[in-house]
Amino acid sequence: MADTPIPLEVHDIKKRFGDTEVLKGLSLKAHKGDVITLIGASGSGKSTFLRCMNLLEQPDEGDLIVHGEKIHFKQTRHGREPADWKQVVRMRAKLSMVFQSFNLWAHMTLLENVIEAPVHVLGKPKKEAVEQARALLERVGLSARADAYPAQMSGGQQQRGAIARALAMDPEVMLFDEPTSALDPELVGDVLKVMRDLAEEGRTMIVVTHEMAFARDVSSQVIYLHQGRVEEAGPPGEVLGNPRSERLRQFLAPKH
Amino acid sequence: MIDLHGYGPRLLEGALITIELAVLSLILAIVLGLATASAKMSRNWLLHRTGTLYTTVIRGVPDLVLMMLMFFGGQIGINMVTDWLYDRFGIDTFINVNEFVAGVITIGLIFGAYMGETFRGAFMAVESGQIEAGRAYGMSHWLVFRRIRFPQMMRHALPGLSNNWMVLLKTTALVSVIGLSDMVRVAAEASKATREPFTFMIIVAAIYLLIASVSEWGFARLQKRYNVGYGEAD
Repeated sequence: MADTPIPLEVHDIKKRFGDTEVLKGLSLKAHKGDVITLIGASGSGKSTFLRCMNLLEQPDEGDLIVHGEKIHFKQTRHGREPADWKQVVRMRAKLSMVFQSFNLWAHMTLLENVIEAPVHVLGKPKKEAVEQARALLERVGLSARADAYPAQMSGGQQQRGAIARALAMDPEVMLFDEPTSALDPELVGDVLKVMRDLAEEGRTMIVVTHEMAFARDVSSQVIYLHQGRVEEAGPPGEVLGNPRSERLRQFLAPKH
Repeated sequence: MIDLHGYGPRLLEGALITIELAVLSLILAIVLGLATASAKMSRNWLLHRTGTLYTTVIRGVPDLVLMMLMFFGGQIGINMVTDWLYDRFGIDTFINVNEFVAGVITIGLIFGAYMGETFRGAFMAVESGQIEAGRAYGMSHWLVFRRIRFPQMMRHALPGLSNNWMVLLKTTALVSVIGLSDMVRVAAEASKATREPFTFMIIVAAIYLLIASVSEWGFARLQKRYNVGYGEAD
């Protein structure tokens, strides 16, 4: 156990957009099986932080270590950039992301969406990928929709499909960027249920969310961000059950 | 039956030249158009400027003028090079600018500029989330382009593309001024010789219309293919 590398380590990430510093030194360590939820008001930097983890945003400072492999950066005229894009491609294949607006590829059927990256990025044989995809679609309750296009599916179905697409990469860590925020209230439950199942089977997950019940019941660690800093962090019982800062108390209060 | 005074086979040859010219120019224009769109969307200053210069110059000068510049100017340029080679190294060559090649290059260059704008608009219409999902799943730039950006862009580009193609097809008639025996030139010669311009021009018009109709059908099929997943209506 001590020999297996930590799936994801993030050290002292800083990020500026123009003159505004949106992330002021954030760190996080996701051990195997951890479910870490990031909460905070909009503008607190939680989504940007998550997007820095797979380099959809380039952090200006700080380190990323994916499965023991440190990502190399270099300074260019446009700011700091990864030094080796092949390494980035390799690390991204280990972290799969579920987006707020699903982002299933619109010109492909659901099944094609799920096998796309396994076949073209991981080089899996197509037949094997299709078999695996069918099993995953079964799991998220979408076997019947394998040949549907995203535009023909409800938001909840699309998001469960997107989770199947993420699982098909057999990722080290799954990154969820407000996965239920774009959904109609009655569709949220199905998506959360799939996510709970994943947490129970020991998936390593980092989740940006506004669903406090999910954060409380499922996560091993809750991080409350405020203006690009960690205001409070710890087990959900402590952070959500007994918030120390006034700000977090206010943040939690008007929700219900 | 219409009497073609024996010009039938030559007209047919001319029509084939028109089609060859149009198809090869289209291929060149698409390649140049994709390159120009990429250059203009690039954050590299030099590429961006070069792309802008190209589209501005080409779209601002009449096609006929460009055609003559390319053909006659090209010949003068090549002669200067071969003269210099002779003076300097004693190499004695003469390269004749081929009307067909000059035609393909000129028409390709002209429509490359228009295609560039068509493609640029179409690339910008692809939702950023679609591309982001590709990157997030470990796709390289090239893979994202091939599997996501290109197929999604084509849906937006096809109406403009088919429009450009129709104009391109008719622009090939300009090559008759540099002496290429496309069907317009053959028909003009036949009109003069037989004094029956109407007979030959109506045939030429019908052939253009036929090619245009067939391509319209082809584009409709392509549009259908690239619209997959977006529903029938667009």
